[in-house]
Amino acid sequence: MSTSYRPTHDEDFLGQGSDWSFDDLERYEREIARIAGEYRLDTYPNQIEIITSEQMMDAYSSIGMPVGYSHWSFGKQFLSVEQAYRRGQMGLAYELVINSDPCIAYLMEENTLMMQILVMAHACHGHNSFFKGNYLFRAWTDASAIVDYLVFARRYVSECEERHGVEAVEQLLDACHALQNQGVDRYKRPSAISAEEEARRQQEREGYLQQQINTLWSTIPQLRAADADQGTDDGSGGHQRPRYPSEPQENLLYFIEKNAPLLEPWQREIVRIVRKLAQYFYPQRQTQVMNEGWATFWHYNIMHRLYDEKCINEGVMLEFLQSHTAVVAQPGFDSPWYNGINPYALGFAMFSDIQRICTAPTEEDRAWFPEMAGSDWLETVHFAMHNFKDESFIQQFLSPKVMRDMKLFALLDDDQDDQDDMVEISAIHDDRGYKRVREALSLQYSLGHREPDIQVWAARIHGDRSLVLRHERTQRRPLDDSLSPVMHHLHQLWGFPVVLEVVEGGEIVDTHRWPQVSE
Amino acid sequence: MSYFIDRRSNARHKSTVNRQRFLKRYQKHIKRAVEESVNRRSITDMERGEKISIPGRDISEPVFRHGQGGRRTVVSPGNREFTEGDRLRRPHGGGGGGGSGEGSASNQGEGLDEFAFTLSRDEFLSFIFDGLELPHLERKQLADMEERRPVRAGLSRQGVPARMNIVRSMREAQARRIAMRAPIRRALLEAQKALEEEERKDPVLRHPGRVRELRDEIERLERRLEAVPFIDTYDLRYNHLTDQPQPSNKAVMFCVMDVSGSMTQNHKDIAKRFFLLLYLFLERDYERVELVFVRHHTSAREVDEEAFFYSRETGGTIVSSALHLLDEIIEARYPPAQWNLYVAQASDGDNWDDDSVQCRQILSDSLMPRLQYYAYVEITPHAHQALWEEYRRVQDRYPERFAMRQIVQAGDIYPVFRELFKSRQSGQEAHA
Repeated sequence: MSTSYRPTHDEDFLGQGSDWSFDDLERYEREIARIAGEYRLDTYPNQIEIITSEQMMDAYSSIGMPVGYSHWSFGKQFLSVEQAYRRGQMGLAYELVINSDPCIAYLMEENTLMMQILVMAHACHGHNSFFKGNYLFRAWTDASAIVDYLVFARRYVSECEERHGVEAVEQLLDACHALQNQGVDRYKRPSAISAEEEARRQQEREGYLQQQINTLWSTIPQLRAADADQGTDDGSGGHQRPRYPSEPQENLLYFIEKNAPLLEPWQREIVRIVRKLAQYFYPQRQTQVMNEGWATFWHYNIMHRLYDEKCINEGVMLEFLQSHTAVVAQPGFDSPWYNGINPYALGFAMFSDIQRICTAPTEEDRAWFPEMAGSDWLETVHFAMHNFKDESFIQQFLSPKVMRDMKLFALLDDDQDDQDDMVEISAIHDDRGYKRVREALSLQYSLGHREPDIQVWAARIHGDRSLVLRHERTQRRPLDDSLSPVMHHLHQLWGFPVVLEVVEGGEIVDTHRWPQVSE
Repeated sequence: MSYFIDRRSNARHKSTVNRQRFLKRYQKHIKRAVEESVNRRSITDMERGEKISIPGRDISEPVFRHGQGGRRTVVSPGNREFTEGDRLRRPHGGGGGGGSGEGSASNQGEGLDEFAFTLSRDEFLSFIFDGLELPHLERKQLADMEERRPVRAGLSRQGVPARMNIVRSMREAQARRIAMRAPIRRALLEAQKALEEEERKDPVLRHPGRVRELRDEIERLERRLEAVPFIDTYDLRYNHLTDQPQPSNKAVMFCVMDVSGSMTQNHKDIAKRFFLLLYLFLERDYERVELVFVRHHTSAREVDEEAFFYSRETGGTIVSSALHLLDEIIEARYPPAQWNLYVAQASDGDNWDDDSVQCRQILSDSLMPRLQYYAYVEITPHAHQALWEEYRRVQDRYPERFAMRQIVQAGDIYPVFRELFKSRQSGQEAHA
């Protein structure tokens, strides 16, 4: 049908107020899709749903998922969203989009026409193309199966509630949620989430069989007496028996699902559900700046194109600019509104800057980005979007100009530095500091650095059956107070004592136990 | 490719379950907050929800994460005057600490001291009345019930078309068809077999008359088979309804108050709150609650709400006048067979000495047998008088349904109310 497509330019189309109709939405969606196509934004089909603000709050509190299992923490989320909204502290996010195929995006009925256009450009083409194109999403999530999997998860959890009681399921979910950040495979690509009955049934059967003939644990009774004489094997070598697992395991929930001695099959399945969902969200947690930056960059460009082609008038454009400015505003660190670095601002600035470096490079850019300067900008932003995550994206593309514009500076806080309670400015946005600021910011977005590195070190299958975890501490950063409730949850899952060894520089510097023993 | 779906008419309240789960989980915290707020705010505005705050740390979801300390570098925007190597005092409260760069929404709610949210009116009331129960809630015995409601009671052959039970009718029709066709089918089969046999015979031996006869027979039987009707009036079944007596779902609450000179406005306010609590409570259990206001000094009068609470009177006190009036009103308008009757009486305990005995007699002999519950509150810091003693004897006779308590100040209302209506079950548990 694309023989001689003419954009519609009639007066009616242009002179809109803030009201919208479905016809308007469809017309604008066609226009946006055409422009997005010219920019080579490859998307999943869009399923755009018009909802009310109440429904938006519902969607909001279930992490945007159209269905989800029931848990009090979502209720808590809902209450706080509702409270903030009612009191006018927070406008509802005007967009919510789900990484699924088709890609589900929500438009609130209260939005003005401008807002709807903006959301369609931002979510339905920006985020959508990011979900489809970025390597992390391609490798780690299966967009076509997620909704089915959620439906399955919801049904399974509610069946468990009927059979085993709401309380038992809730306790289990609490425990799993506490560990969900440690429930992802970071290095090994997992098999795609799939709701296909066959695969699921097979895995379930396998798991069940494995549990039935878990030779690991069936040896305990005979060996226990012998072990008692030898004392406990601490698993740190020096003991004749090989450690189990032979390699440290990064995925705590996976290890528990497969090895916890006392869990029943349904509990293993629930652990698995939480783990699968954590894995599904893992790419999103690593691409916040890029994802938002990409979507913002494209809504900005698409809106300008719409205006240039006279699809929207000045009024709509001004309204858009105001809203866009608010979205990418970055208050300084000392402002009362400061709440960390705004991922929209940083991402937008970076993508815009890539475009600038490609089209109008300065001497500095040529020195810093010799390959990028003067290249095809569309090619380059697509390359960046496809092949990076926040950490590497910043490392590769954060230019001195963006650092200057945002006035970024690095602050070194070392509690062993001096006793006089001082912190030091370690680098600022100047020639000497660019590289270090960039380094530090990149590290700040690295999940591996942001979250404590905790792995399964040993399960003392021949001893007291305790589970030993190791926290590889870096730069003396301790765990916070929520450690002991998490240990409690872990103990609940494992069923036997749990030990956390804090290791720094190859030495065990601290040990936490649960349940706490009084010696 | 894109398509639009209008979901606005879909179910709202998808989060209701999660919300309930949350409220249930933090019941204790919320109840404490609710009780505080009840004592704080005037009972007259019980008609709305309430903002509740509970300590954030009690409801945080723990995960492994970094705390303060160690050596870390934080990048922040908005530098104005710093240059490399500047040293400054460590900002307190963590400053940009772990916060920057961790823009994920789920973390923002935590670390706050209070988790605040709003309870809806219904949720609020259910927390207020949680663990309370109406004494003697056994609704009126069925025997003296006059309310009737039609209920389904099987099937019948007679009825109006609107109540026709299609499935059962069709099932009957099918059974009838099978039954009626079976003998015809059998005969038909026999005839066909005979005809076949006849035709297989040698043409010489074949009996033409017999063949014709059989052919006619088959034709006749086939016609009969077709004539069996698909559905017949005989098949029709109707849903049958019968009238069944229903426990009454209506309640009337009598507010009785002494308005003699000794009752100050303060006393009346306290009484009013008590009445309101009771009203809200009754409203949750009954479909319909009517209010009757009776005030008295030396004589009793039925009045509207405004006059009941705010008009001033002086004079002595004869409580029995109100009880007499109650009796008359019940007789005239609220037959106990149809209504659940509740009485709440507030007074400062003053009464004419001779009258108290009479009060007891009316209560014991005429009123109590017909009432569901009688709650008497005496609003006085002073010693009890004759009325209290006489009422105590009524209570001894009807310990289940007669309750009396003393209130000294406004703060006592809610605790007293809770004590009066404490669920018997939980009361027993507490004993055990």
